[in-house]
Amino acid sequence: MLQKEGVIRIPSGCAIAGIINRKKKTFSGDSIITSISLMHDRSNGLGGGFAAYGIYPGQKELYAIHIFFDSHEARMSTEKYLGRYFDIESGEMMPTRKSAVIKQAPLIWRYFAGPKEAALEAEEFSFEDEDNFKSIPDADAEGAREKEFVVRRVMHINSSLPGAFVASCGKNMGAFKAVGYPEDVGEFYMLDKYRGYLWTAHGRFPTNTPGWWGGAHPFTLLDMSVVHNGEISSYDANRRYLEMFGYKCTLQTDTEAITYILDLITRKHGLPLSTAMAAMAAPFWDEISRMPDEMRDSARKIRIIYGSALVNGPFSIILGCEKGMFALNDRIKLRSLIAAEKGDYVYAASEESAIRAVCNTPERVWSPRGGELLSAGYEEADHDTENETVNVSRYIENGLVNINAGIQDRGVDMHIETNADYAGRSNNFLKYNRNSKRVMAGTNAGLKRESERDTEVRAV
Amino acid sequence: MSLNMLTPEFIIDRDRDRCIDCKVCVSQCANLAHIFDEEEQRVVSDNSKCVACHRCVSMCPAGALSIRKFPLDFKANANWSADAIREIYRQAETGGVLLAAMGTGKAYPVYWDHMLLNASQVTNPSIDPLREPMELKTFLGRKPDSLRGELGPQLELEIPVMLSAMSFGSISLNACKSLAMAASGAGTMCNTGEGGLHTELAGYGANTIVQVASGRFGVDAAYLRAGAAIEIKIGQGAKPGIGGHLPGEKVGEEVSATRMIPLGTDAISPAPHHDIYSIEDLRQLIYSLKEATEYSKPVSVKIAAVHNVAAICSGIARAGADIIAIDGFRGGTGAAPLRIRDNVGIPVELALAAVDTRLREEGIRNSVSLVCGGSIRNSADIIKAVALGADAVYIATSALIAMGCHMCQKCYTGKCNWGIATQDPNLTKRLNPDIASARILNLLRAWTHEMKEMLGGMGINAIESLRGNRLMLRGIGLNDSELRTLGIKAAGE
Repeated sequence: MLQKEGVIRIPSGCAIAGIINRKKKTFSGDSIITSISLMHDRSNGLGGGFAAYGIYPGQKELYAIHIFFDSHEARMSTEKYLGRYFDIESGEMMPTRKSAVIKQAPLIWRYFAGPKEAALEAEEFSFEDEDNFKSIPDADAEGAREKEFVVRRVMHINSSLPGAFVASCGKNMGAFKAVGYPEDVGEFYMLDKYRGYLWTAHGRFPTNTPGWWGGAHPFTLLDMSVVHNGEISSYDANRRYLEMFGYKCTLQTDTEAITYILDLITRKHGLPLSTAMAAMAAPFWDEISRMPDEMRDSARKIRIIYGSALVNGPFSIILGCEKGMFALNDRIKLRSLIAAEKGDYVYAASEESAIRAVCNTPERVWSPRGGELLSAGYEEADHDTENETVNVSRYIENGLVNINAGIQDRGVDMHIETNADYAGRSNNFLKYNRNSKRVMAGTNAGLKRESERDTEVRAV
Repeated sequence: MSLNMLTPEFIIDRDRDRCIDCKVCVSQCANLAHIFDEEEQRVVSDNSKCVACHRCVSMCPAGALSIRKFPLDFKANANWSADAIREIYRQAETGGVLLAAMGTGKAYPVYWDHMLLNASQVTNPSIDPLREPMELKTFLGRKPDSLRGELGPQLELEIPVMLSAMSFGSISLNACKSLAMAASGAGTMCNTGEGGLHTELAGYGANTIVQVASGRFGVDAAYLRAGAAIEIKIGQGAKPGIGGHLPGEKVGEEVSATRMIPLGTDAISPAPHHDIYSIEDLRQLIYSLKEATEYSKPVSVKIAAVHNVAAICSGIARAGADIIAIDGFRGGTGAAPLRIRDNVGIPVELALAAVDTRLREEGIRNSVSLVCGGSIRNSADIIKAVALGADAVYIATSALIAMGCHMCQKCYTGKCNWGIATQDPNLTKRLNPDIASARILNLLRAWTHEMKEMLGGMGINAIESLRGNRLMLRGIGLNDSELRTLGIKAAGE
C-alpha cells in the first residue's frame, strides 16, 4: 500500500516561478498561471500550487487560514479547536470551478480570524521561547507572541487533528494548491479572479506519490511561503535540528524544512532574512577566509552556529513574505534559477522561457549565482528608500556584522549581497571580479551592480 | 613449578636454507624469542616467547622468517574455547588478574559493519570532490542556539578526526612526538592522556588537548594553559570504572619529570576522581578549569560508553562541558584487566546514537559537541559516526598501526619491539618521529580523500550537513531494537 506523505519521505523535482510588483500594484493571477504553465514538462501532474499576496485587502488585519479537510467530521472538530483560540470573523467554502482534471478534492475552507485575546493572554510561552523573544525589542514582543501562538495552533492541527491540514495561515495572503498540473490548479481555484501584488507558483514532479493535496507546494507558515525545486541531501540533519526548536516536520518534505529554517532564524531568532539565507547557502570556508575582517567574523559565526541549517544539495527556492519576494540557489547552483526585471516588476523562474511568456522584453535577465540572494522588496512610500539599494559596505554596516544590534534591519532585505559578493562559486570567471577595492567602495548598488558585473565578465 | 601447561601461541618458522645467522632477529626481539646458540653457532627460536609482533619478520634481511598460529588444538568444545582454558592455566599458575592491552578481540557485533551509506541517483546529483569544493572543517565547542547568543571558544579542526589520548609513559616520547607532529600537520588535535606534557612537546600546544585525569599527573597552571583545550577524563572505553597503573619500572627520569612524581614510583590513577563523586562535583571541576584558563578554552569531558550513557551525557552537558567524548567498549588501552576490557561497557555506535538523540530531545545538542572513539578503523566508520550524530571522532589504535604497531596487544609488558609502547631507550629509538608522523599524515590524507568521495556521493559538500543525518544510513542484519536505538531504517525501507 502506498503510504501517505509524511509517513514516508518523497523526493521530487519541480518547476517554480514568481512575479512581484514592487510598488504593490495588484495584478491578476493570469500572469503567474501563464508563466508556470510554460514549464508544463517540469511537473508531472502530481502537484501544483500558488501563493498570492495582497489578495485579501479587506481583511488584511486578520489571519487568512486555508484548510483542507478529509471529512465534515474533521471540519467540525477543527472548527471547534479553532474557536477555542480564535475569534473567527468569517468562514466559507473556498470558491472553486468544477474541473475535469482536478479530482478527489478535499473540503477546502478558508477562515478569517484573529487570536482570542484571553487565549493569547493565557498562553504560556516556555522558558526557551522567552529566551528567544527577550532579545526582540518590546514593540515587537506582542507581535512575536501572537505569531508564535498562531504557529502553535497550526502545528497542532497539522500534526494532531486527523483529516485536517492548514494550507496557509498568513495575513492578506493565501496558498492555493492541489494534485494536478499547476495551470489546472489555477483554473480550479479561479485565480484569474484574484488580484495580488506578489505571486509564486509551483509544478511538482514527485518520484513517488500517493497524490495528497497537503504535499503540494507552496509550503507556508504565517506570511511566508516557499516554492522549491530540488532534493536536498541534508534533509535529516536539517529536520533533526529543527525539531530541537519545537518544529514538527510532519510532511517530511524539503520545502517544509526550508520554511521552518527561515522561520526559526527570522522570526524566532529575530535576525535579518539575509542571515537566514547566509546560513542556508553558506559561503565556503575558503571564501570566508578571503573576506574583510569584520565580514569574515560574522560569516564564520553564522556557519558555526547555524551549521545544521545549511541546506545541502540542489535547490532553488522562491520565498514570498510580507517583505517581498526573494530567491536563492544552493551554493554551487545545482538547480536552474533565472531572474528578470522590468519596471516595478521582478520575475524569477526555473526557466527563462517562463519569464518571457509573461514579460516579452525584460530590461534585464540574469542568472543569480549559487548562494546569491535575489531580493525584490516592496517600494513603499514610508519605506526608507536608501535601504532598497544596498551596497556591500552598507551591508557590512547593517547586515551580517551588526547582527546583535540588527533588529532594526528586519524590515528590509533589499540586499543583493550576502556571501555571493565574495564568491567564486561555480563560475570561475567571476573570480576576476572579486576585486576587494571595488566591492568595498560599494558604489554599485543593488540590481544594477549585477548587470555591470555581467558586462565585466564579457570583457574578461 | 615444574610444568607449564601453556603451549606456545605461535610458531616461528625459520627457513634454514635462507637464514644466514646474521642475528638481526636476536637483536630485534625484546621478548628473547630468538637466541644465538654459541655452541652450535646458529640462531634458534623459542616459540613460547613469541607474541607475533612481526618485528623479526620485517627486519630479516634474508626473508627467512615467518610466524604462524600454533596449530595444536584442544579437543573441540563450543563452550570451553582454547582462550577460556588458557586463561585458567595462566591464573592457576600466577593467582593474578589477567592483563590485556589494546581493544577487545571478542566477536561482539561491530555496528559500523551493519550500517550502509546512501548515494545520489537521478533526483539529485552526486558531487565530484575533484571538481567542486568539499568541506570537512569542523568546530568543536559550545554553540548558542541563536546568533544573538555568545559563541564560546571553539576548537577548529580541518578534518573531523582527532588523535585520542595516549600518555607519555604508556607510549614512548618518540610516539608522542609523532602524534603531535601529525596533529599539527593535519590541522587537528592530539591528546596528552594523563601523562603530562613533555617539554619537547610544548611547541605543539595549539594542536594539543591536555588531559586532567584522576591522578592529576603533570597538571599545573602552565599545563592547562599550554593546550588548545582541556579534557577531563572520567573513563576509558577499554576499562570503564577502573583507574590506571603505570608501574614504577617505567617511571624513568623523563616520565617522572613530566608526570611530576618521584622517580621509580608507581603512578596510580584512582578509579574515580576523588573530588568528583557526583555531577555537581563535575560542574565544579569544569568551572575550576575554565576559571584557571579564563574561559579561553573549551573543556571536554571524556567518559566510557556505559548503559546509562544518554542520561549521563545530558548531565555532563548541563554541567557546563563544551565537548563530550564518548569512548566505546572496543577502545584501546595500554593495560587493562582482561575481564573488564572484554565485558564492561557498550558499543560506541549505540552509545553515540542514544546520546545524540537524547540531547536533541532535550534541546541541548547545540550546547555541546560530541566526539566518539573506541575502534574507528577507517574513513567509512567516521562517516557513519558523523551521520549518527558525532561532530568528530577520536582515533588512537589506527594511528598506532599507521606508525608500525602490529596489534600483538602486549603493550603492558613494556617490550614493544616497534618502539611505541615502551620506555626502553633501545626500543624507543627504533621509532623515527619524522617517518612515523608522515605515515599518520598519509593515513589521514587518504581518509580525507575517501570521506570527500563518500560525502560527494551523497550529494553533500560540507560535513555539517551529514551530522546527525541518519537518513543517509540503513541498517543491515540488525534487529528492531538495534535499529530503534541507532535511529535508522533497515536497508530497503
